[in-house]
Amino acid sequence: MDAAEAAVDRARDELLAQLTSDLGDSLVESHLVPGDDLWIRVARGAWVETAEFLKTGLGFQYFNFLSAIDWMPSPFGRDMDSQVDIELGHDEASEVDSSLEHGVAGGETRFQVFARVNDIVNGLGVTVKVDIPDDDLSLATWTGVYAGADWHERECWEMYGISFDGHPGLRNIYLPSGFEGNPLRKDYPLLARRLKPWPGIVDVEQMPGDDDDEESGDDS
Amino acid sequence: MIAAITDPWWFQTTLRVVGGLAAVLLVAGTLVYLHLFKMVSFMQSRLGPMEAGPFGSLQLLAEVGKFIQKEDIFPRKADRFVFAAAPFVVLMSTFLLVVVVPGGPDAWFVDSEIGIYLGMAVSSVSVIGILMAGWGSASKYSLLGGLRATGQLIAYELPLILAVLGVVIQAETMNMQGIVLAQAEGEIFGWGAIGNPYILTQGVAFLVFLVAMQAELTQTPFDMPIAESELVTGYMTEYSGMRFLLFFIGEFATAGVFSAIAAVLFLGGWYIPGIDPTAGIMNVLGPIVLISKVVVLTFIVFWVRFTFPRFREDQLQKLAWKVLIPIALANIVVTGVLKVVF
Amino acid sequence: MTAISDRDQLSYIAAQAADARVNVELETEGMTLNIGPQHPATHGTLRIVAKLDGEQVIAADPVMGYMHRGYEKLTEVRTYPQVTTLINRIDWVGSFANEVPFILAAEKLMEVEAPPRAQWIRTILFEMSRIANIALFLGDMGLQVGAVTPAFFAFRDREHVLNQIEAVTGGRFHPNFDRIGGLKDDLPAGWITETKRAMKKMRNFCDEIEGLLQGNEIFEARTRGIGVIPADIGLGYGLSGANIRASGVDWDTRRDNPCGLVHNELDWKVWTHVDGDSFARFWVRLQEVRESTKMVDQLLDGLPSGPVMAKVPRIIKVPAGEAYVETENPLGVMGYYIVSKGDLVPYRVKIRSASFNNISITPWLLKGVYVPDIITILGSLYFILGDIDR
Repeated sequence: MDAAEAAVDRARDELLAQLTSDLGDSLVESHLVPGDDLWIRVARGAWVETAEFLKTGLGFQYFNFLSAIDWMPSPFGRDMDSQVDIELGHDEASEVDSSLEHGVAGGETRFQVFARVNDIVNGLGVTVKVDIPDDDLSLATWTGVYAGADWHERECWEMYGISFDGHPGLRNIYLPSGFEGNPLRKDYPLLARRLKPWPGIVDVEQMPGDDDDEESGDDS
Repeated sequence: MIAAITDPWWFQTTLRVVGGLAAVLLVAGTLVYLHLFKMVSFMQSRLGPMEAGPFGSLQLLAEVGKFIQKEDIFPRKADRFVFAAAPFVVLMSTFLLVVVVPGGPDAWFVDSEIGIYLGMAVSSVSVIGILMAGWGSASKYSLLGGLRATGQLIAYELPLILAVLGVVIQAETMNMQGIVLAQAEGEIFGWGAIGNPYILTQGVAFLVFLVAMQAELTQTPFDMPIAESELVTGYMTEYSGMRFLLFFIGEFATAGVFSAIAAVLFLGGWYIPGIDPTAGIMNVLGPIVLISKVVVLTFIVFWVRFTFPRFREDQLQKLAWKVLIPIALANIVVTGVLKVVF
Repeated sequence: MTAISDRDQLSYIAAQAADARVNVELETEGMTLNIGPQHPATHGTLRIVAKLDGEQVIAADPVMGYMHRGYEKLTEVRTYPQVTTLINRIDWVGSFANEVPFILAAEKLMEVEAPPRAQWIRTILFEMSRIANIALFLGDMGLQVGAVTPAFFAFRDREHVLNQIEAVTGGRFHPNFDRIGGLKDDLPAGWITETKRAMKKMRNFCDEIEGLLQGNEIFEARTRGIGVIPADIGLGYGLSGANIRASGVDWDTRRDNPCGLVHNELDWKVWTHVDGDSFARFWVRLQEVRESTKMVDQLLDGLPSGPVMAKVPRIIKVPAGEAYVETENPLGVMGYYIVSKGDLVPYRVKIRSASFNNISITPWLLKGVYVPDIITILGSLYFILGDIDR
């Protein structure tokens, strides 16, 4: 197993080296977990170029998914959670911490788009991330390289409001066409929680009539 | 049973109408119960209806009661008259068709010299009803279903009629009664113990007739006009309540009547080998014999229906024009040649 | 691959000719047919807006979202153990398989490994949900092309598997049985013999379906050469599971990237087909069910003893990090990309569901086919609406 893992590692190392040499400065940061996975972060201008290189140059033909992430913690904190949950979490979580704290492969902006492609021959996958500046929420489309990116970009557009330049038909995919707002952004409130607070972790839910012990003996 | 010559005309007419209704509705009801409710259920490892009556035998009455109570819905943009009339046209064609089927030496509705020709002609009327339903519903699914049905029914009339021609040549008559008698009195190479049911000498025509009949009845594998997984239910999509019931009855009644025609043409109709075909007892036994043959034939129809997948429209047309019609034509030629030789 | 370029060319010519007919010659209008959202063939609320010329499709545009439940948003306010309840409902006919990749991803972040027995039982239930799921497809495929009876057989025999799943988990459809660090419970007594019997019944069911459909000329005429997906197009659209294996791509996550499940200790085979048409997809799935029953038998024979739960804290907090785990679910590759900030709840969960990618090929695939073929193609791509809409 160790030998196999080492082999995979070598493959990922080589892959990273190739990416670094080809993309040059466009490859901003990378993160490699040996024997597991590889993340790279590329410059916004090199987004399509990266896809083309991955597909034609490195054989990453399989398009897995594309989505985005909002790194700004929710302004609502966890005030919508029940007191039980907050106690269990023992924390500070109810205080709103609006500082950006990025995940692997780093980042600078609030929004990041990430996509994953696979090389199915060698069994490798790579997650590509890109920063989207707040003042210009747009990115070049991948549809020209991976046809399957079409619907994923539509979903990303309606959920995060990130538009994709050159996309053939950027319209809502899940939500009704008149929908306002971008639901997966962290500052979009989850209305169900607002209307009815979450009961929290309950080990055993009480059955109806459990609380009145005096009357329960009647049916014997 | 029906044509007692001495009775006054109004009595004869009433008797014929009642007999015709019974012949269509009773047979249709039997087929629905036996085949749709029970036989198919057993094929699909379930019991079918069990609550209404013994073994669910009254289920059909319950269904009829339910359908009659339902609201008669017209789509807003429907052509109301055409929409309303369509099921009656379809059912009328079935009732007209049953009149040519003889049940015994004297038990007939119409003893026409061109009986089978008349039958084939009136059976085509149902196409108009189906097209009316497809057009009048103002629904795209209905329209597609109606158009498919029209194309299909017209394509399959040809093999149906060509298959009949072989029988007509052999029997030397188009009279249905005459065809039965020709089979009763016929013999195969001098051996006439069971007469000559034409399934033996016209086996090819029988198979062509069965396939074309399946298509005429729009049963799977030829059920594109209904095609519930594609067109919802085709031309019947917008119908509800009583009018849907008419289509439903029409479907099974037509299956019964077409099987009766097949039984008359190929299985010897009402005659029983060994009993004089002019004996009075045959007026009672004849219809029973005929109905048993109908049940057997419809069994095949429904067996196929619930076993096979469905053709596509173009494949269906291909089957009609490239396979069935050439076979039927070849059968006519061979029958004609043999008729002259022997 | 000449057949494909022929097909492309044909559909192009058909579309051009249709346009010409519509616009110039006869001045006939094209017809827009709404297939769905309520339609017998879409088993769910998928809607396909098809522009037709006669019965030929000029353009088809799937519209979904009628069942969008916002799971990606909801997971952000659920604790990790609560999330499994939600994601059970993504692919509702093979529910247990939905839980597995999520739990594996969370375990990867927590650096917890389930005990061997738990891994084996997970794999058993995983494969059993595949059998329950694809058995439904095998019957449904007959239904889509007009044969009613196989569907009844499928529902009948699927019960055997569902009963076994219920015996372990207490839930026929939504087990919610997988836990971070293992499983909720061990197997009940007598379960192994019963399951072996059920697997035998499923093998008989496969033979039955093979006899009913595979050798049937009409079925072959309806499915062979219909909806051909070339391998490179399929990869570009991210097709997975039997859909891509039917195009000749020998790729199965169970064998190539097994994380947390024990498929590599078993003796089994990845089935592929070179044709890439509807029939190939049907055939590959049929073989997969057979292969799965064999796998379950082997797993039952070699089941190790020991606990089914590793030591995990009662309140589960997942350390900060990101992890993506995908498994070969009944419908195709399903993966969860979890972003954690060390809290009780995930920060972001991207659900990569198989059907969403599988169905995204339909606008390309449906161009130029006939209306009956739409149904065949959709049936053979095999989607569950919950898996598209999430």
